[in-house]
Amino acid sequence: SVNTQYFIFELKAELNSDKKEKKKEAVKKVIASMTVGKDVSALFPDVVNCMQTDNLELKKLVYLYLMNYAKSQPDMAIMAVNTFVKDCEDPNPLIRALAVRTMGCIRVDKITEYLCEPLRKCLKDEDPYVRKTAAVCVAKLHDINAQLVEDQGFLDTLKDLISDSNPMVVANAVAALSEIAESHPNSNLLDLNPQSINKLLTALNECTEWGQIFILDCLANYTPRDDRESQSICERVTPRLSHANSAVVLSAVKVLMKFMEMLPKDLDYYGTLLKKLAPPLVTLLSAEPELQYVALRNINLIVQKRPEILKHEMKVFFVKYNDPIYVKLEKLDIMIRLASQANIAQVLAELKEYATEVDVDFVRKAVRAIGRCAIKVEQSAERCVSTLLDLIQTKVNYVVQEAIVVIKDIFRKYPNKYESVIATLCENLDSLDEPEARAAMIWIVGEYAERIDNADELLESFLEGFHDESTQVQLQLLTAIVKLFLKKPTETQELVQQVLSLATQDSDNPDLRDRGYIYWRLLSTDPVAAKEVVLAEKPLISEETDLIEPTLLEELICHIGTLASVYHKPPSAFVEGSRGVQHKRIPIRSGSSESQDTGGAPGATEAPAAVIPSQGDLLGDLLNLDLTPPTSTAGAPPGPPMPMGGMDLLGGGLDSLMGSGFGAPAAVMPSSLNAPVGGGLGDLFDLGGGVGMPMGTFVPPKTLWLPAMKGKGLEIMGTFARRAGVIQMEMTLTNKAMSVMTDFAIQFNRNSFGLAPAGPLQVPTPLSPNQTIDVSLPLNNGGPVMKMEPLNNLQDPCVKKGFYFVCSRFK
Amino acid sequence: MSVSAVFLLDLKGKVLICRNYKGDVDMAEIDHFLPLLMQEEEDGLLSPVLLHGSVHFLWIKHSNLYLVATTNKNSNASLVYAFLYKLVEVFTEYFKELEEESIQDNFVVVYELLDELMDFGFPQTTDSKILQEYITQEGTKLEVAKSKVPTTVTNAVSWRSEGIKYKKNEVFIDVIESINVLVNANGSVMSSDIVGSIKLKTMLSGMPELRLGLNDRVLFALTGRDKGKTVTMEDVKFHQCVRLSRFESDRTISFIPPDGESELMSYRINTHVKPLIWIESVIEKFSHSRVEIMVKGGKEFLMRAHFGLPSVENDELEGRPPITVNFEIPYFTVSGIQVRYMKIIEKSGYQALPWVRYITQSGGKQLNIFI
Repeated sequence: SVNTQYFIFELKAELNSDKKEKKKEAVKKVIASMTVGKDVSALFPDVVNCMQTDNLELKKLVYLYLMNYAKSQPDMAIMAVNTFVKDCEDPNPLIRALAVRTMGCIRVDKITEYLCEPLRKCLKDEDPYVRKTAAVCVAKLHDINAQLVEDQGFLDTLKDLISDSNPMVVANAVAALSEIAESHPNSNLLDLNPQSINKLLTALNECTEWGQIFILDCLANYTPRDDRESQSICERVTPRLSHANSAVVLSAVKVLMKFMEMLPKDLDYYGTLLKKLAPPLVTLLSAEPELQYVALRNINLIVQKRPEILKHEMKVFFVKYNDPIYVKLEKLDIMIRLASQANIAQVLAELKEYATEVDVDFVRKAVRAIGRCAIKVEQSAERCVSTLLDLIQTKVNYVVQEAIVVIKDIFRKYPNKYESVIATLCENLDSLDEPEARAAMIWIVGEYAERIDNADELLESFLEGFHDESTQVQLQLLTAIVKLFLKKPTETQELVQQVLSLATQDSDNPDLRDRGYIYWRLLSTDPVAAKEVVLAEKPLISEETDLIEPTLLEELICHIGTLASVYHKPPSAFVEGSRGVQHKRIPIRSGSSESQDTGGAPGATEAPAAVIPSQGDLLGDLLNLDLTPPTSTAGAPPGPPMPMGGMDLLGGGLDSLMGSGFGAPAAVMPSSLNAPVGGGLGDLFDLGGGVGMPMGTFVPPKTLWLPAMKGKGLEIMGTFARRAGVIQMEMTLTNKAMSVMTDFAIQFNRNSFGLAPAGPLQVPTPLSPNQTIDVSLPLNNGGPVMKMEPLNNLQDPCVKKGFYFVCSRFK
Repeated sequence: MSVSAVFLLDLKGKVLICRNYKGDVDMAEIDHFLPLLMQEEEDGLLSPVLLHGSVHFLWIKHSNLYLVATTNKNSNASLVYAFLYKLVEVFTEYFKELEEESIQDNFVVVYELLDELMDFGFPQTTDSKILQEYITQEGTKLEVAKSKVPTTVTNAVSWRSEGIKYKKNEVFIDVIESINVLVNANGSVMSSDIVGSIKLKTMLSGMPELRLGLNDRVLFALTGRDKGKTVTMEDVKFHQCVRLSRFESDRTISFIPPDGESELMSYRINTHVKPLIWIESVIEKFSHSRVEIMVKGGKEFLMRAHFGLPSVENDELEGRPPITVNFEIPYFTVSGIQVRYMKIIEKSGYQALPWVRYITQSGGKQLNIFI
């Protein structure tokens, strides 16, 4: 606009004024306009002309302008180079540092080549203020032109600065090297050895709080050679726990948590160190709320890794009225993790109070927490259930719904103990409007259908609006009605038929349709098997829920204080371009037997799902119908192979089961669906691991489990198969690296099925480059079971996908 | 590992001033900050870290400003928050109040400070007393006196300049304790602790070496002395100036103090404290439009308040905000902590006087109103 043009014109005149004061005021105006977002790039030459001045403030302003606009005017920026180079040799160290700092911020390729000589001089400057600034400048330059930095030998100069006499210079050199190393994970830039570590530890005592953090974060990447070195580093890091800056404390905690792993557990010092960690962690809770939040997210990890550190500190996690909601929720989570028989009474009293607060999200989480307490501390279960019932009586809608969701889990943990409360739950059926609560209630009704007189009415009432329900509710409703039918066949034929037809014919949801067809087919071909499968005893759920998977937990411990520890996700999950970066690991004490900590989860159920013994005639009896069961059912049913096609879907089974007058629904099943249904069913029975259903074994083709890029050159394709009644993990290993591989081992993480190797992994070694071999590992399901996210799918045998299984630690 | 850029925003999300440190995050990303914040607030999921695409916003709020740091790396989050709070501290020392207006009035100094406080995302010198020696409001003329980097900036003693002179050498020590008591609705004390801090006002010449002696139980146990009452400090946090390794090895608190006012240390004591002041309150709802709140204070006070209210009722559950009690008791510490000595040694050999004051204050005292 004219106005702007005039404004620019006027400024131009002022910038070229002879009077110094006027010039300075003009540059200020330019910067002010820049600050409010006006485009003043047209003034570039005029501003650059002001650069040669002996007024420091004016110089700073011009530099500031350059940083902002150089990128958009690279050719003009060259004009400034001479002054920069000159300023880098100014007798005043403030100006030398300012010049080298600013030059690094001008991200214009053409300028960088002129930067090299001044930078080289500044790195060797007599003034530490200039050297510390130059150290950072190397990282800046590396970011713009990595090759240039390497060619010019700046990395070596930077490494030399780690031995600088000034602690601030050391700290900045460490920070710069760490930054560069992050983008070159394999460069071994931070060549840490006992000598350099010693230098860092010395500088640690003398540099600023920020420098201490750079050094501690760098130390955390070091792997001590033995437990003695580990202890001596810990001893020198421990005093940092008393620093007033929370970030220094957390970085120190990171180093200690990591190096502690290398100490023998029977060492006195190990115990001392454990004791020293608790007080500073507690004090972090008096920091500003955002820092508290970071601390709490990290304490959550620490409590999972080493519960003993904070086990006596429950009270400090009690929620304060004026805590921000994010702090409250994190505290609640930690309270549950620390809950034990010793403190459960206190915890429950607190939780009960929280459940009457006003903040909806907080109240919900508090109610859930009560349920988690019940599951975690068996002695408290009864008290928890009665607390939950009290809360249900309040009739506060969201409280009731949360309570029902957790009571479902309590039922699963303690079967046949608290079912007397079902009546109370049923009273609240109408008020449930959230899918999760509705699904939970439906599950309860289906599971305990034999105890609920009007179960059929209750379930039928949900059926009316079937298609408006969420998938979660639909799936539960389908299963619950099938359960009901198997328990009370006479009164519920119509209902089951109705739900099967709703699920298979009227629904667009493939999961729902598939589950419907599976039930249908089960019921029609082999009602006995149907009963065995659908009403099978469920594995108990484990005490600890939401545990972080151990290898991830280890990685997160190495990232204490960082965003990864806040998100509880590995950096590769949220930082672009970090895919190939190595995952950090805690060093393990050599010869230690404790490295097997992935197994043996406390409270994990030992036995896999036990299946109700085959009771062939029972169904017939139950049905009280005058007909013979479709198959002879003495003991295990080694009948003819199940037809894989869909033509028998509505065949005799269901028909005959139902007796006359029961018209089979006219389901039209697209033929393309047939095979998947068969295959899915195949999987299903294999997983059940006990329902000896003879059928053509379906082995899915091998898929890529571990790409060579992630496996340090080892590629793994694999699948699972059931051969001669034994589950096999079949793998094809390919060495895509340049060198020979030896010493293969495998470790299983806890998984939903309790699968674990039945023997050692036998790999004929060595595996030469480009060699491929097939190995097969027999498995059994006697391993620890861990509840995984898609557990709902597991409760009923309709799982086709979601075979969650983690193999890790290929060495 | 470090911050990409720092922004100061007004409450509407408009950028008042910003500094791009690394150039790896588009500066326009900041436009997503406030909408995201409001969305999260609405969903009740507000958190100090917001994520938009691959950009993380780490933010704090101070008066009518948001201070926001952006990054797309796995930054050290605790460092970032500590730095943002440090920014608040430094700006407040410079402008008395940190708010929208003071930023607008001082944008030149703000730019200068942002340039000095952080480089390429790494925090640098953040001690405002030292910064004030070479970043001055008026603008520096390149005269000889001010053209030098204060050696303090890169010294191991980065918090105190050389050549300080006082006619009368004195140091004032304030021991301030506050009690935190959490009382539940039944009136029983759930938890209590004492948070104390020792603040210094140092008016000493030269580079004095100070040693502070407290009746610290661990120290007494170490030295085998047993004289009178001691206190057990659960956790102690020190100012940058205290030699931490020295304290770790023999519990000596030795330091070269910053000039003027500073917090030397803070501590936490986990003893069971009987509440100093006890308050009961009763709320009676007589009708839709009258509420009576009775507050009975510890020893002397009784407050009875009637509220005539409009007869409109809220459907929502009422919160029960705790009653906060503010009080101050001079010449007394709950914990019984004592300054046994303060030794001041300076090479010129002057005599200096330490003065000690004790104060107990209300902390985050919480009482739930009984309904």
